[in-house]
Amino acid sequence: MQLQQMYQEIILDHYKNPHGRGLRDPYDAESFQVNPTCGDEVTLRVHVVDDVVQDVSYDGQGCSISQASTSVLTDLVVGKPVGEAFKKMDAFVELMQGRGQVEPDEDVLEDGIAFAGVAKYPARVKCALLGWMAFKDAVARSQGAA
Amino acid sequence: MTTTAAPLDVTALRADFPILSRTVRDGKRLVYLDSGATSQRPTQVLDAEKAFLQQHNAAVHRGAHQLAEEATDAYEGARQRIADFVGADFGELVFTKNATEGFNLVAYAMGNAATSGPEAARFVVGPGDEIVVTEMEHHANLVPWQQLAQRTGATLKWFELTQDGRLDLSDVDSVITPRTKVVAFTHQSNVTGVINPVDVLVAAAQRVGALTVLDACQSVPHGPVDFHALGVDFASFSGHKMLGPSGIGVLYGRRELLEALPPFITGGSMIELVKMEGSTFAPPPQRFEAGSPMTSQAVGLGAAVDYLSVVGMERIHAHEHALTVAALEGLSGIKGVRLLGPQDAVDRGGAVPFEIEGVHPHDAGQVLDSLGIAVRVGHHCAWPLHRCLNAQSSVRASFYLYNTLDEVDALVDGVREAQKFFGVA
Repeated sequence: MQLQQMYQEIILDHYKNPHGRGLRDPYDAESFQVNPTCGDEVTLRVHVVDDVVQDVSYDGQGCSISQASTSVLTDLVVGKPVGEAFKKMDAFVELMQGRGQVEPDEDVLEDGIAFAGVAKYPARVKCALLGWMAFKDAVARSQGAA
Repeated sequence: MTTTAAPLDVTALRADFPILSRTVRDGKRLVYLDSGATSQRPTQVLDAEKAFLQQHNAAVHRGAHQLAEEATDAYEGARQRIADFVGADFGELVFTKNATEGFNLVAYAMGNAATSGPEAARFVVGPGDEIVVTEMEHHANLVPWQQLAQRTGATLKWFELTQDGRLDLSDVDSVITPRTKVVAFTHQSNVTGVINPVDVLVAAAQRVGALTVLDACQSVPHGPVDFHALGVDFASFSGHKMLGPSGIGVLYGRRELLEALPPFITGGSMIELVKMEGSTFAPPPQRFEAGSPMTSQAVGLGAAVDYLSVVGMERIHAHEHALTVAALEGLSGIKGVRLLGPQDAVDRGGAVPFEIEGVHPHDAGQVLDSLGIAVRVGHHCAWPLHRCLNAQSSVRASFYLYNTLDEVDALVDGVREAQKFFGVA
């Protein structure tokens, strides 16, 4: 059934038990992103020390896809150098924009590969990328402020 | 026009809409409950567009050849039939790209009034003047007025909503005051289907000499509307929500107002005399139809009002009312479903918005889509209204003449399915 292809168990697990949720101190920069078509929103903070992502914390309202992808994001980037985190982000963006044609690399994206089915639904790609856009923006702000 | 109370033969009607017999998502029967966003087109409309393009296509209002004459006749003939359909005179309808352009036309023309001739003085807005809207508005009838206020220094005011999502008209005269220059409001909410008391607002506006601008996008397609009887000054609606083509909207303006209103978009076709130093403008409606206009779209919309007239607007309204009553009843019987806006079908058209506890509207829409049910999810271009109703977004089912009670049942079953899928049943 198509629905199960999209809503993999991993996604539903992250949605029901999100990792890293809640806004925390300390942080270096914060980004607020909104999906204007549905009103979903996320506020995301990053704490970067010596070019390593020490913490990502977030709060927001959104569908299972946007909430789960932000939860997966924290798993993927916390503890990683910014450069490596951005490589993972690029891989995730490529997967999501691939209309289901991109084969994800589990070594790079871990739970993020569960979103491969979402990529077949163009209307939901924005949902999956909402938290990631906030992460990109927040890191850029933290570097600008440094 | 047929106004008999006999119920619609929906099975026969559906045969006119080829798209309704297709399947979606691996062979599921299409249940199209998103006509509030865009309606489907009957064969009669598609054929009219095709026949125009195959037999009469030419630029209108230019050229003296036979095709140009025929195309102009078809274009202006459509204007006449649409005018008859909405209780307006021929010269009171302006073709626009869509309803949004109609609202912008009025707002920008009012903004241009200060630098136009003395006949435009009645449209001038500036500091100290007030522009009144409502919290119920679609962004199309809200943002242009915010922008006009910003450009001119006027103040934007608005009617708030009651808890059940109707306009709070408990103190009309504190909102519409002698400072008010324009009152812009919707006839029927695109989210909740609430039908507003046009007469109350028009009377209040007329007491203070303010203009009224009506969003008729959700009323004209779904019931009998007569602009002269309503007494509004301007109204805007779109073709694609009333069985017609996209790419065409209609602005209605009372004749004496259109005659005094300065232009918005300028260029070819809308002029009277052009010299290097300056130009004068054609009378309405041409003054507001700059450039080569849409043609097959106007013809298609003419065919759409012919179709609607034969079916009968009162019957369509009654049919949608029955569907709305059934949907409200079915959905309110599901634990965990919150209906937004009025809980009943009084003074209401065929739109039903709701939330499912524990299932985000986007996710609910996805489950419904997997069952072949097309609904709208999100804030439906009415973000302030959603804030008033304490909802971040919603699922909206909207009905039209071709929908059936079986489809309402499918929606109700689909909502239960969504609850089951997300483990909140």
